[in-house]
Amino acid sequence: MQTLFLRGPSATLRMVILVLLSLAVMTVDHRWKHLDAVRNTLSYLLYPVEYLVDLPIRLYYWGEENLSSQRDLISENQQLKDMQLQNRVQLQKLDILEKENERLRKLLSATPKTTEDHLIAEIVAVDVDPYRHFIVLNKGSSDGVYKGQPIIDAHGVMAQVVYVNALSSTAMLISDVSHAIPVQIDRTGLRSVAFGTGQTDHLDLKHIPHNADIRVGDKLISSGLGGRFPRHYPVAMITKIDRNTGETFIEVRAEPLAQLDTSREVLLVWTHGHEKPMPGLEEPVDQTDEQSGETDADTGAADTDADAGEAVKETAEEVTEEATGEAVDDSE
Amino acid sequence: MTASNFKIAGTTLFVAFMLTIMPLPEWMVEFRPDWVTLVLIYWAMALPTRMGVTIAWLTGLILDVSHGAILGQHALGLMLVIYIVHIQHQRLRVVSLIQQAIVIFFLLLLKQLIVLWVSGIVGHAPDTWLYFMPTLTGALLWPWIYIIMRDIRRKFGYRVSY
Repeated sequence: MQTLFLRGPSATLRMVILVLLSLAVMTVDHRWKHLDAVRNTLSYLLYPVEYLVDLPIRLYYWGEENLSSQRDLISENQQLKDMQLQNRVQLQKLDILEKENERLRKLLSATPKTTEDHLIAEIVAVDVDPYRHFIVLNKGSSDGVYKGQPIIDAHGVMAQVVYVNALSSTAMLISDVSHAIPVQIDRTGLRSVAFGTGQTDHLDLKHIPHNADIRVGDKLISSGLGGRFPRHYPVAMITKIDRNTGETFIEVRAEPLAQLDTSREVLLVWTHGHEKPMPGLEEPVDQTDEQSGETDADTGAADTDADAGEAVKETAEEVTEEATGEAVDDSE
Repeated sequence: MTASNFKIAGTTLFVAFMLTIMPLPEWMVEFRPDWVTLVLIYWAMALPTRMGVTIAWLTGLILDVSHGAILGQHALGLMLVIYIVHIQHQRLRVVSLIQQAIVIFFLLLLKQLIVLWVSGIVGHAPDTWLYFMPTLTGALLWPWIYIIMRDIRRKFGYRVSY
């Protein structure tokens, strides 16, 4: 039926109802985060869109993998073998240090360090919001991804999961304006919090007093306080310190070590308290991914854990400090 | 609405969503027009009895999910814009494309302002004037979008419902 005049009041009434509904939905979503089911359902509609947009890039990588010449493959294989050898040497050292660390922890009857599980995920090539730092991953709740899960790449801590859908998930980079990560300075153990600034190349450290022992080039590692990020992963490098005597605190700027805007493959980390789903339930492809992921992660963690090991060797005092850190961690 | 109407409107919206999340070079990202809103405005003008505020609101919710925004943010803006188009569609149809583009500019501005307002309340409003660039690019592109959408609608053969 064609109507010449629209039923005006009806549209206005619907508009008013929808305005009120919007306000209600926004309040509920922002204050109590109860609408994950709705978000999840709607994300099914978006999945084909994301898939199609990502498809050309996926095809490009597939082509690159399958159409490369034998010579290239041989040289790449050689490089990887060399790297593997180097990594194995480092791992030997790490093994010894880990055992030593465990022994010392037992001596102090401190809680043992928990092991972590990893899974490789790919960043889906879609743009989200130019003013927020979000990435979309191709793993979702069917792979055991949970809200708040930390994400690292080969160089350091990268992001945390904020929304989990069945087949994909959205994560917030550490450089987002509303992100903060508890860190400590690798050299001195000084604890702070690194805030995202909305720019991928720097984080801000806040509330650091003038007399703090801090230098340009210091490495920041995750402190594990807050219980969300695992301990002792590299986060950032301090690039600039502004000691303005008029201010209560100094201004410290750091550059994230993870390649926030170029990485394609990232690692999802399962920390203690969260179980990774049984590998038997996953597809065989995922399993191979997983194994390579584990070696990757071990090499990535090698530097930091070695550092941690040295710290343990130096003084038992520091170990106690770490143990208290862990206690706080657990209580949270 | 017949099945074919649904299909064609759905397909154009699907493409609009693809354009919204398609990766662009760094310098172009801030200039990306608000494709979904533009396409919906067209449909609200062409089929005012079919494409109403409810469909706009639901589309806005999907836009919220794709942006990782809080649910309701884009839905509210989009719905209000479509409401204005809905009650003014007969006037909008008879004016020239340039005049339409000027109206579209203010409609897009309204949506951007509502989204900005909500972002500000939850504490992460962007602090650059580039935020309003999609409004300008959207209005500049409007005449072409209008012509392309009209041709698509005519090609797939159904009449404008007055």
